[in-house]
Amino acid sequence: MALKRIIPCLLYDGNGLVKTVKFKNPSYVGDPINAIKIFNDKEVDELILIDINASKQKRKPHFDKIANMASEAFMPFAYGGGVKTYEDFSTLYKIGVEKVVVNSLIQEKPEVLKKVIEQYGSQAVIACVDFKKSIFGTIQPYSYLGFKIKFTLIDYATYLANDIGVGELMLNSVDKEGTWEGYDIKTSEQLLNAIDIPVIVSGGCGKIDDLKNILYQSNANAAAIGSMAVFSKKGMGVLINFPDRKNVIVE
Amino acid sequence: MIVIVDYGIGNLASVVNMFKKIGVKDVCISSDKVVIEKATKILLPGVGAFDAGMINLEKSGLIPLLNRKVLEEKTPVLGVCLGMQLLTKKSEEGVKNGLGWIDAETIKFDFNPLQKLKIPHMGWNYIKVNKANPLIDNENKSRFYFVHSYYVKCFDETQSVATSNYGIDFTCMVNKGNIYGAQFHPEKSLKFGMKLLENFTKL
Repeated sequence: MALKRIIPCLLYDGNGLVKTVKFKNPSYVGDPINAIKIFNDKEVDELILIDINASKQKRKPHFDKIANMASEAFMPFAYGGGVKTYEDFSTLYKIGVEKVVVNSLIQEKPEVLKKVIEQYGSQAVIACVDFKKSIFGTIQPYSYLGFKIKFTLIDYATYLANDIGVGELMLNSVDKEGTWEGYDIKTSEQLLNAIDIPVIVSGGCGKIDDLKNILYQSNANAAAIGSMAVFSKKGMGVLINFPDRKNVIVE
Repeated sequence: MIVIVDYGIGNLASVVNMFKKIGVKDVCISSDKVVIEKATKILLPGVGAFDAGMINLEKSGLIPLLNRKVLEEKTPVLGVCLGMQLLTKKSEEGVKNGLGWIDAETIKFDFNPLQKLKIPHMGWNYIKVNKANPLIDNENKSRFYFVHSYYVKCFDETQSVATSNYGIDFTCMVNKGNIYGAQFHPEKSLKFGMKLLENFTKL
């Protein structure tokens, strides 16, 4: 059986790595190349790097820097942020990125995504679905750029899997992000039961038990860690680290 | 010199990066017959569809040269992912004939819906070495990164040297003399893949 994956999700602001809380207050946590080298040594399953400013600042991905990062990543390496054209995707795959993470492009140019998937295969695209609790207490897909997403969360995920054809979903709770409170289990389970493609659950992981629960009780295919990969403990200093696989992964 | 055959398909940067990491300097990506002629080892990469791969190889005009290097001169060759599938005679994914260097065919994973197994088989998996071969140490518990919807079925079981399990046991490494294939991506499989590529360089 394919093994469950634990995936550090690193946030890049265009200069260095940062960590946010609920998408706000980025604090500097280090240099990406250095972090990637450490993650090699720690034998992490996969890495995701998101440039959180590229789309906001309407700029291209930093292809040269990404190529340098990819050249140090001896595990599958996914990149997201500011990827807008078919050529952007092609360039990323060429310089050593295995998977591209998309978010606002789903609203902006779904046809580009379809063309990329046709050419490079569904496994080459991860759709990042952010969600947030509304003031009425309902769960809704959320766009940090302010796009209106008319779907419910499940319908949106189904649309991405079936109509767009992405190979994986990254389900990210904005309310939990950076809080160390644990994943949003209820929403994750609803989504995991509803769709057939692999899901990476993200947002809120703070301890080993959170990982075990989401991977083996909720049956997520993969779990992303953010704060836990870059801080020693909640409120403590920067430490690039990765949980001991033996304590989580059932083999 | 190790030559990674560029036939317009696959992520070649990752393979070069890993060879460099393990200290191999004499490695290049090429579609040039003069360069491939000089190769002492050949790596056939590949991602994507079987027919697209074979059509690109045919267009490159490299097949007669590769046949001679591999079948007559016995230059060691490693096919990776689609590159391994292209070593077989044919694939359920397309209508083109493969290179046919390995006595095998490529078939699609076919699961009962009740098994709830997603295709492609994507992620890390352990492998079981069934027959000693120079690329992999069968003492070690090695895990590798896979992404594939089709797998290789050997007609000659002795050419299936390692298996992995995804719903069924399937062949994940083949070997026949100087010809090797890996269904997984050694270039993305951390120290486990480094070791395998290092062993390949020592052949």
